[in-house]
Amino acid sequence: MSQKSAESLVGSVRRCGPFVLYLYHVWTIIELETLKIFKDPTEIISRSIQPALWLILFGEAFSRIHMVPTGQVSYLAFLTPGILAQSIAFVSIFNGLAIIWEKDMGILQKILTTPVKRSALVLGKMLASTVRSFSQLIVVIIVASTLGVHLKWSFDRVVGLLGFTILGSVFFTGFSMIIAALVKTRERMMGIGQLVTMPLFFTSSALYPISIMPKWLQTLAKINPLSYLVNGLRGLFLSTSYAQGTDIGILLMVSLLVWIWGTIQYPRLLI
Amino acid sequence: MMNARDLKPVIQVENFSKSFGSVKAVDNISFQVIPGECFGLLGPNGAGKSTTIKMLITLLPPDAGTAIVNGFSITSQGAHVRESIGYVPQSLSVDGVLTGYENLMFFGKLYGWSEKQLKDRVPLVLELMDLKEAAHRQVAHYSGGMVRRLEIGQAILHQPAVVFLDEPTVGLDPVARHALWKHIQELRRHHLVTLFLTTHYMDEAQELCSHIAIMNHGKIVVNGTLQELRKIAKLPKASMNDLFVRFVGPIDSEKGDLNNVSKIRRIARRLS
Repeated sequence: MSQKSAESLVGSVRRCGPFVLYLYHVWTIIELETLKIFKDPTEIISRSIQPALWLILFGEAFSRIHMVPTGQVSYLAFLTPGILAQSIAFVSIFNGLAIIWEKDMGILQKILTTPVKRSALVLGKMLASTVRSFSQLIVVIIVASTLGVHLKWSFDRVVGLLGFTILGSVFFTGFSMIIAALVKTRERMMGIGQLVTMPLFFTSSALYPISIMPKWLQTLAKINPLSYLVNGLRGLFLSTSYAQGTDIGILLMVSLLVWIWGTIQYPRLLI
Repeated sequence: MMNARDLKPVIQVENFSKSFGSVKAVDNISFQVIPGECFGLLGPNGAGKSTTIKMLITLLPPDAGTAIVNGFSITSQGAHVRESIGYVPQSLSVDGVLTGYENLMFFGKLYGWSEKQLKDRVPLVLELMDLKEAAHRQVAHYSGGMVRRLEIGQAILHQPAVVFLDEPTVGLDPVARHALWKHIQELRRHHLVTLFLTTHYMDEAQELCSHIAIMNHGKIVVNGTLQELRKIAKLPKASMNDLFVRFVGPIDSEKGDLNNVSKIRRIARRLS
């Protein structure tokens, strides 16, 4: 092949410089994942049953006994953002399974032999999981409204909700990719997934305010990233006085951390 | 006409080695691949073929030695190597949920091609691979041979200088195998793609490869054209099978561990 004809065959996006190409790659990964979700939506649908059950069964029952001091708001209203945060985390953590499946198939190996930067692949996957989380957001809002939770609507609240949903799914997906790269098999990932999600949920502020926890549990809740997602969402849902700057800051920081760590760890999935 | 041996090699491997723990998977091998050639790496399971291919396509770093692919070093210029190669892995690498067309569009974008460029290019590749009719069907409903053709289409989409095929016909039935051979030969003859393939089928190597290197226990036992191998073996009419037995010894049919067997069965099941 002559030099000239080789030149004319170069992808045109590549001529726009490395930064544009990087974004194009991230976008392509997101586009693919989204396309796959919409082609086979059974997963989203089945996943939305769990948060609905939490709100309807657990939430309704616990609202009646006023065991948890939640101030002005009903327990159900207090619980709603907690369940949303939980389902964002759980949906995202099981992305690790899909990644191991891709490795077993050979898709991952093939993508790693293309010019895509590994960090772009990891970032694309982290962002793509947001689509699944949005479906959880919609389900939780619909169920909560039906059960009589009064949500305060405004433009910046909606932007905030979307923002926290993105941050939460980005972090927990990155986290699951690191675990996937460490455990390497689907069976182990299933086990670890179950093992991680329960304590993550119960040591966060999803079900009860941090203030009523025993001291040791408070410490755990404060280092649990899920608490910050809950706090951020709860502030938006109920306009309680939570410092959202801290929540955003911490979620951004841990997301960056898992992005970098995931980029280093990800190719090791192959060995 | 210039002698083929005078051309600058597409792949130049020098003193390649790779160990996993105490096992020397690849043990100090050297060879080169000339443009336009179909270079076959032949050997029993566990001979080090897949490890060699993985090092050349930058999925695994070598412990020692160097390799130049399309003028780029695999250790220091990995990104350039990846831009200039195509790869068809042994296990399946297309997405069953998507259509053939969508699979190709996705990979084209990873090579930095715009949607507009791909809308011209993808139909050509589909036609070349005889998949025009099935383009908008879900890949999950493709036959084994069609899946493999789509994968080869994916690997040549961005017009790479060299395409690596790792055991391309594992799991295919004989009819699909022969059909796939035709496509592979056409790529080389009419589209001037240099091919590097690994196989443990003697007939496949004899049918497709213009140059054969036989690998065993991580080392290259012998390396040359079929004629040259016959000459070395002093068996002027020998088939690839005879030559293999002559150089490696009778094929140990008990080779390959549980993992290996289950992998091949899995591929075969998905292809059928």
